[in-house]
Amino acid sequence: MSERWETVIGLEVHVELSTKSKIFCACSTEFGGRPNTHCCPVCMGLPGTLPVLNRKVLEYAVRAGLALHCDIDRETRFDRKNYFYPDLPKAYQISQLYRPIARNGYVDIGAKRIRIHEMHMEEDAGKLIHSEYEHETYPDYNRAGVPLLEIVSEPDFRDSAEVLAYLEKIRSLFTYLGISDCKMQEGSMRADVNLSVRRAGETALGTRTETKNINSLRAIEHAIESERSRQIHILSGGGAVVQETRHWNDDLKTSTAMRSKENAPDYRYFPEPDLPVIFIGEDFLQAARDSLPEFAEERQARFVEQYALPPKDAARLTVRRETAELFEAVVSRGAEARHVANWLIVHVPHVLKTLSENAEDIAPDPSELAELIRRTESGTVSRADGLRVLEALLSTDGPFRVSDYIRERGLSVNNDESALEEVIRRVIEANPKAVNEYRSGKTKAIGFLIGQAMKDLQGKATPATVRERMEAALET
Amino acid sequence: MDILDLTAVELGERIRKRELSALEALEAVYGACRARDRNWNAYAAFEIDPARTAAQRAQALLDSGEAVSPLAGVPVGIKDNLNVRNCLTTCASKILRGYRAPFDATAVRKLKDAGAVPAGTLNMDEFAMGSTSETSCYGPVRNPWDRERVPGGSSGGAAAAVAARECVCALGSDTGGSVRQPASYCGVTGFKPSYGRVSRYGLIAYGSSLDQIGPLARDVRDCAALLDIIAGPDPMDATSIPFPDTRFLDALNGDIHGLRVGVPEECFGDGVEQDVQTGVEAFLDELKRVGAELVPLRLPFLRYAVPVYYILATAEASSNLARFDGVKYGFRAERYTTIEDLYTRTRSEGFGKEVQRRILLGTFVLSSGYYDAYYNKALKMKQMIMDGFAEAFRRCDVIALPVSPTTAPALGSSLSDPLKMYLSDIFTVPVNLAGLPGLSVPCGFDRRGLPIGAQLLGASGADATVLNAGYAYQLATDWHKRRPEGLEVSGNV
Ligand SMILES: [Zn+2]
Repeated sequence: MSERWETVIGLEVHVELSTKSKIFCACSTEFGGRPNTHCCPVCMGLPGTLPVLNRKVLEYAVRAGLALHCDIDRETRFDRKNYFYPDLPKAYQISQLYRPIARNGYVDIGAKRIRIHEMHMEEDAGKLIHSEYEHETYPDYNRAGVPLLEIVSEPDFRDSAEVLAYLEKIRSLFTYLGISDCKMQEGSMRADVNLSVRRAGETALGTRTETKNINSLRAIEHAIESERSRQIHILSGGGAVVQETRHWNDDLKTSTAMRSKENAPDYRYFPEPDLPVIFIGEDFLQAARDSLPEFAEERQARFVEQYALPPKDAARLTVRRETAELFEAVVSRGAEARHVANWLIVHVPHVLKTLSENAEDIAPDPSELAELIRRTESGTVSRADGLRVLEALLSTDGPFRVSDYIRERGLSVNNDESALEEVIRRVIEANPKAVNEYRSGKTKAIGFLIGQAMKDLQGKATPATVRERMEAALET
Repeated sequence: MDILDLTAVELGERIRKRELSALEALEAVYGACRARDRNWNAYAAFEIDPARTAAQRAQALLDSGEAVSPLAGVPVGIKDNLNVRNCLTTCASKILRGYRAPFDATAVRKLKDAGAVPAGTLNMDEFAMGSTSETSCYGPVRNPWDRERVPGGSSGGAAAAVAARECVCALGSDTGGSVRQPASYCGVTGFKPSYGRVSRYGLIAYGSSLDQIGPLARDVRDCAALLDIIAGPDPMDATSIPFPDTRFLDALNGDIHGLRVGVPEECFGDGVEQDVQTGVEAFLDELKRVGAELVPLRLPFLRYAVPVYYILATAEASSNLARFDGVKYGFRAERYTTIEDLYTRTRSEGFGKEVQRRILLGTFVLSSGYYDAYYNKALKMKQMIMDGFAEAFRRCDVIALPVSPTTAPALGSSLSDPLKMYLSDIFTVPVNLAGLPGLSVPCGFDRRGLPIGAQLLGASGADATVLNAGYAYQLATDWHKRRPEGLEVSGNV
């Protein structure tokens, strides 16, 4: 058992595109909805209907292909994949086999390069709802015709950490492109794992299996570990791995054989006669190239350089494109970069958590956020009040001017200088012992005095302002 | 004179002149169908209520002056594979028994918009697969010129109904000759437009890359008038082609002076019945007499067309017909255990023999290990046939040939030998493979009194040229005006 084994993994990732309408008809792609309400004759495959390609899907696919450093096929076309299943209304899926939109790409995860074999466009199937009460199954075609990209990697992964990093990278690229939200829990990103093992040092690939129905990152880790052990166990005992498709059961944390290679269906792919060949012109391609955003990694490096941020902060700010863009927008409106970074990394997520809001759903006005950060950090608004304003800004109360909000609620300490002077004078008078200690060099004693003043001011001044005024008063 | 002896354009004129109403025209067609169709079985169904509604709407369009088509108010028979909203649309198959289309085919919608009246659905070979109209679940269609003979297929109901004066004109579909060949057997005029000229949206597909909707009517003018209505690109059909806009009826002038008519030597001689050959040769003479110039041609690639056609058409059909699985609509087998059993029983019981044969053929040629040897090779041959025609059309403007090597065969004589039936498609299938326009016009009768048809082909997009050549011929002849005898006599059924 002391033999060393190498795991070889290839991935087939399905990503649902976030176009408003389906790939071959005008139906909504919105998630949810009562069964069979986002359907029309075309996506139900009724007799006589024909598909017409949604141009947005092509546009998204080309941008995705470019982001994955693929060659774009200038004469791409669709093929039919034929099989019978009740969730497949036409009994064929319109997909791409012979001329996929993109080939020969790669994704770098750290220092490692994962090669992309090909990426193609296809339509999703519906789903089957099994009745709890009767022996009945009902098809729901709301998802039928939702556009998908399938990305097929080369067998370049050696462990689950690489697989997870790759999925994270695709998620980052595609969310930056704004073409998918890539949520595994909602099924908008799914992965099938092709895995084989071989003894360390061997160069030939072992017999592989394909594991399907993996619905979370955690499940991918488990599924890889489980399949790896299963194959090593078989091979160590002198057995042979059977080439087959396996079904992952996440509750039991184990997979079961679905069908062997011999029983693999013959999909009888052939060119889809209802859709003409798509010729991709140079203009279209150039427009797609021009539309590519600065992706997370490049942007992270630039943030470190341009804003002198610690790499860790730059990384956190660039996970989501929206966060990164908000950061730059706020900075450009006069707030200091390190303050903005701190607010976006610490305060905003904290407030969102207390509001139980999703980061995706908020888009504060950058000018107002800049104003708030500036005022709070300069001490003209106390931190506690600043956070309260932030909460209002991020909750769905509707837009307001931060300056108005502060004035109306008397949150600014600026306009009550005399009150501050008065309190400081009183605290100094009432605490001669601490004052003497401070003046004799025990400067730490000022903390006590500030605390007393803050108590009297009931949080209406920032500690920084109080400290500043207190020091000034004690010097004289 | 019976108004059903009128051409569609003539009938439309009378309707516009208020000599009769759209509703009266419809009732005449419906009455003829009720009284006589048991002789021919040309109709699959005639649902009069939706037709009356359409006629009333057409009359309103006429009254308001909005209907400008020459065919406004004219009833048009619809082949049973074209979706007509809320009407039975069954492809003459048990598997679609009771299926009502939830939308109009684009061609049908355009008819309605023009004020024409979809009237009755016409019998056909099941799923348009056949050359005899005998494979229908509604029983065989009979030829109005001889009840013991087939009307041709697959649009046999349409051709028979036009010939028998049970309708004025009709829409059929042509995948390998399904408009032209029955038109020829029944002595009517049929036209298959260039591929992409008419939207296929709402036509229940047989072979998607070959299917095209086309008119069957009394004469070329009627075909042109129908084409004017149904032609044009459609955002719902990605394979429709934006050809330059043509007014086909207006373009007919009957002048074919200097028109170069290619005559392929392969289409005359061995394998062609003597009477057919004589009839088509007389057709050529007539074209020459009215000004055309005959150009001898060789089209050696034609002999590959039948196998190429039967590979491509059945491959596409095997996929197109897979959706009829008993899960969502139409027929479902009564007893089944698993989902696979449901599929197997539904499709075995729901499809007829010829359809099953073609699905199996198509499934075979697409299967792993055979794809390259059959399907891929056929695709290459298709390209070769297209190139061959393109080359030929550098030397001529239209090509003339028979529609079929024979006149209408006897009922029951074809299905027993499917290979022979397939081979008789030799002159029609190349046209679909190359996407060309093809016209079938009556050009005489054989010694048994059965109609003979001549075919005119043009380059893709040259539909108007082909129609005009046919029109010139019909100006000079009256074969298209002949009427079968004894139509009014009720047959013994
Ligand atoms: Zn739809």
